[in-house]
Amino acid sequence: MTHPEFNSGNEVWLIKNIIKTGMSEQHIKLPEGSIEKTTTTLNLGPTHPATHGVMQNILELDGERIVSTEQTIGYIHRAFEKIAERRPLYQITPLTDRLNYCSSPINNMGWHLTCEKLLGVKTPKRVDYLRVIIMELARISDHLICNSIVGVDSGAYTGFLYVMQYRELIYEIYEEICGSRLTTNIGRIGGFERNFNDIAFQKIQKFLDEYPDVQREFENLFTRNRIFMERTIGAGPISAERALNYGFTGPNLRAAGVDYDVRVHSPYSSYEDFEFIVPVGSTGDCYDRFLVRNEEMWQSMSLIKQAMQKLEQFKGTEAEVYHADVPEYYLPEKKDVYTKMEALIWHFKIIMGEIDMPKGEVYNSVEGANGELGFYFISDGGRTPYRLHFRRPCFIYYQAFEELTKGAMLSDAVIVMSSLNLIAGEMDA
Amino acid sequence: MLNNDYIKQKLTEKFGEQVSSFDESYGMLSFEAQKEINLKVLTFLYDDAELKFRFMTDLCGVHFPDNKGKELGVVYHLHNLEENVRIRFKVFADVSKPDIYTATGLFSTANWQERETYDFYGINFIGHPNLKRILNVDEMDYFPLRKEFPLEDQSRVDKDDEMFGRGGTIGFGTEKTDHGTIIESDKHNVGEEIV
Amino acid sequence: MPEGHQGEGFFATSFDKVIGLARKNSIWPLPFATSCCGIEFMATMGAHYDLARFGSERVGFSPRQCDLLMVMGTIAKKMGPVVKQVYLQMAEPRWVLAVGACASSGGIFDTYSVLQGIDQVVPVDVYVPGCPPRPEAIIDGVIRIQDLVGKESLRRRSGEKYKALLESYGIQ
Repeated sequence: MTHPEFNSGNEVWLIKNIIKTGMSEQHIKLPEGSIEKTTTTLNLGPTHPATHGVMQNILELDGERIVSTEQTIGYIHRAFEKIAERRPLYQITPLTDRLNYCSSPINNMGWHLTCEKLLGVKTPKRVDYLRVIIMELARISDHLICNSIVGVDSGAYTGFLYVMQYRELIYEIYEEICGSRLTTNIGRIGGFERNFNDIAFQKIQKFLDEYPDVQREFENLFTRNRIFMERTIGAGPISAERALNYGFTGPNLRAAGVDYDVRVHSPYSSYEDFEFIVPVGSTGDCYDRFLVRNEEMWQSMSLIKQAMQKLEQFKGTEAEVYHADVPEYYLPEKKDVYTKMEALIWHFKIIMGEIDMPKGEVYNSVEGANGELGFYFISDGGRTPYRLHFRRPCFIYYQAFEELTKGAMLSDAVIVMSSLNLIAGEMDA
Repeated sequence: MLNNDYIKQKLTEKFGEQVSSFDESYGMLSFEAQKEINLKVLTFLYDDAELKFRFMTDLCGVHFPDNKGKELGVVYHLHNLEENVRIRFKVFADVSKPDIYTATGLFSTANWQERETYDFYGINFIGHPNLKRILNVDEMDYFPLRKEFPLEDQSRVDKDDEMFGRGGTIGFGTEKTDHGTIIESDKHNVGEEIV
Repeated sequence: MPEGHQGEGFFATSFDKVIGLARKNSIWPLPFATSCCGIEFMATMGAHYDLARFGSERVGFSPRQCDLLMVMGTIAKKMGPVVKQVYLQMAEPRWVLAVGACASSGGIFDTYSVLQGIDQVVPVDVYVPGCPPRPEAIIDGVIRIQDLVGKESLRRRSGEKYKALLESYGIQ
């Protein structure tokens, strides 16, 4: 049965076909050096359906079961760490925006906190409470995207549309405070560039009033939905020991059972004054991650409410400080620059880099929406950092993808990828 | 209670002269070790019943072109989650032979972080399962984050140097023209002539 | 309405005007979202700034079925060949919209690893500046594409100028 004209390289197919029809293998001879491959290679390529960002996964499938995966990243490598060696401190804030662009205020605040740690700046309480409000809003906004995209990937587009409407409300709040929607570039070293005005507070209050019902409706759609549960329970589980070994942090680690939250372990920005629970899951699979993120959104709303209440004690123009009194690092407001001499001189000195920077190295981290976002800053006394390294949670936990999807079905790979909340900007930096 | 002095004491007891440069910056103890024992130090910090640094927060590279013989460095940040203590640990290698043992066997998180450090600095991690470039294009033949390489792509022909203040015909900031600065060169325009 | 002759129960105009009218109000975009501009695109597709009312209800992810390639976000040099591959797989007539500063010209990332604008690899029809552009700006970009689509002559894609344009990009 050897047909030389059919030597197209499909010998394996020929063998499998012959075996299926019950004919003997002796009639077919494989050519020298050919390898019999029984798995299919599927390229879950860099162009995903618009939601996850660009990363490539080459899957080896046996039927529909995944045998192994190989990840290629770097499709959006923008060399942030090299750019940061060229830019003075205020110019690095727009770079940090674009790390995890779904929750840019957290990145901005993390960067400013790192600079404040290096420079020894202490912020007043009111600034801390305002920072808490902004960071929790950003956390809600990021978790909303993640959870609704998990919904979209399992086939339910409605949840996504419901919550995008409320992300628009959060964007309006950002616009009131800093002027832009997504890449916010909020804040200064020592505080904020302007006070939150009344309209901003009204919008925050409106968000707090309207959003809980929407969140309840969103949870009703998914949490006890049989299809969703069957899709996500058991998909991509990870044990606590393996998660810790892989360097997981944030909701992914908490879903595996470890209650490590940077806000509790090393409180920054007066988080120790607030009361909140850290939700923890048990198996670390997609369903647990979904639930942990939902519960974190409720906790964030409670934190914002507590912060608004704490801000009541600072009413009145004298007490409404929005920045620390550090003229050598805090870029003054334009109206002061144009009218007061000292502000003009400080503005000039800060921009031109005439301020002495301490030499040293500092590592600071904040609880980003995906985990511990760390900044390792080596300063040599010059205007720009000597070395700035971002400890990016997405980069670190994407390594575990192979272990998470061993032996799973192909559709589980998609759900695991979206429930890990992989943001390509943060992964490749 | 684990504090920085106790950690320092335990490390010097175990490794003696091979660990050095103890420094406490902004509350975090940081020390340096010789590159041959990096895995031994990491294992000691992991296994010891009191130290228990079982979480690797971060692994990155640095390049100090001025420290001859110790240009390329790897910085490990470890975290003891139970007592909430962090520590920083550095090893340095010569730029001509940057071989450092990999930490992947101990911490799976070091896998990609070492690949990134290799990609940026060219540090060869001995024993790494898959040491190839991760973020840059595979065909790249230099290590971009070393200090001698520039940030911009040098092969661009469409950048206007005049507009960006990098020379051009006027010499803003980079070259000296005959007149020094543009303002001085206009100094001959005095009188009632409206230029 | 395009110009033409009208009468009781009929409207006569030229072919390319009718085809242009039909095409421009039913563009199927391919969102090639890589970074932050992709999130603004998600906001554009949401209910607040609805892109679906301009006819782009069905976003497809298969290049073989789509008309408009919307490149949103930074394109690194590693990703350049992928953009070109996707563009090559699209069937004529096809249009390209570069959304955001990074896709138009490299944006704030003037580095060794970022492609300084996707017009280095594919011919672009409309650029939308902004970092990220507001959803209104993205809609404005889509409307300008619709103008281009409506006014395009039926013979453009087989003409000499277009062929020369593709040749300059190395596309056959």
